[in-house]
Amino acid sequence: MAREIQEINAGSMADIAFLLLIFFLVSTTMDTDSGILTKLPPMPEETPDEQVDVKERNIFVVLVNRNDQLLVEGELMDIKDLRVAAKEFIMNPSDDPDLPAKEIVEVEYFGPVEVTKKHVISLQNDRGTSYEMYIAVQNEISAAYNELRDNLSMSKFDVKFENLTGDDNKDKRDAVEDIIPRNISEAEPKNVGG
Amino acid sequence: MSKFRKGGKKSVAAITTASLPDIIFMLLFFFMVTTVMREVDLKVDYKPATANQTKKLEDKALVSYIYIGKPLNKKIFGTVPRIQLNDSFAEPEEIRDYIAAKREELKEIDRPKMTVSLKIDKKVEMGIVTDVKQELRKASALKINYSTTEGDPIKAISGY
Repeated sequence: MAREIQEINAGSMADIAFLLLIFFLVSTTMDTDSGILTKLPPMPEETPDEQVDVKERNIFVVLVNRNDQLLVEGELMDIKDLRVAAKEFIMNPSDDPDLPAKEIVEVEYFGPVEVTKKHVISLQNDRGTSYEMYIAVQNEISAAYNELRDNLSMSKFDVKFENLTGDDNKDKRDAVEDIIPRNISEAEPKNVGG
Repeated sequence: MSKFRKGGKKSVAAITTASLPDIIFMLLFFFMVTTVMREVDLKVDYKPATANQTKKLEDKALVSYIYIGKPLNKKIFGTVPRIQLNDSFAEPEEIRDYIAAKREELKEIDRPKMTVSLKIDKKVEMGIVTDVKQELRKASALKINYSTTEGDPIKAISGY
């Protein structure tokens, strides 16, 4: 004689699932972290490395003081104008003798191109500079490079530089980076006051 | 009488709730898959700076976090900006041990890809940030990310 099997009451299943759901809602986050990615220079070795001689015309000096004021190439500047100034410095479109020297470089896809290979953008800030201002300056300099690379990439490959991804586009990416190299140097901050 | 009210007493059929657990389980799995566990309890006041040239951090497992900001509990810890590692305040010298420990947790093949995300309050002065960066250089954790929110930084600055 078969005994009747009692059905398990599943009425509280929903409550259990609710409990788990609420636990996960509370203890997890959904936000994705985004920001400005950079690479720090490695710590210098014990032996002092040989002084690299950089010509005055090849350096673009950006100073920020503790009042968050900008001094670009010896002149006060508003942050609004930094991007344009940086772009002009990087490309030197009018062959200005005060802007970085150009060299002819053979680049894949482009052939021989004039490149301001030795330009350096030098950032220096005070210990009292606000972090917000520091990020703004970093952002504007990055924007200058990104816009120039986008323009070049658009005119040649019809694709924005940021969309040149994947292994098959690596050559193109390298070519653009060869023409517009990114040289940002950050000096150790000083207590310049001001 | 209206067309819809026919007859006197008609028992309403009970809605079956048998599929309710299934729906809730579906929601549960959705949240389990799309979210990640909270890393730490924030002990410092953190309002990110704004920038628009940002990149997303791809793999969360490879990211370690350093928070800098004014302590939330001003009565006990004062108002000088502090560094937070894991769940406690720390001095800049402790960063090297922290990075070493985090690096140890990763698989050997992933170690060069380790990224340090700096979550720094926008009102913090650069002095402490520089100290942290120097320590990171000493610890040879060179890939860093300045965590920001999306927006125009120039507008954000002129706003205050």
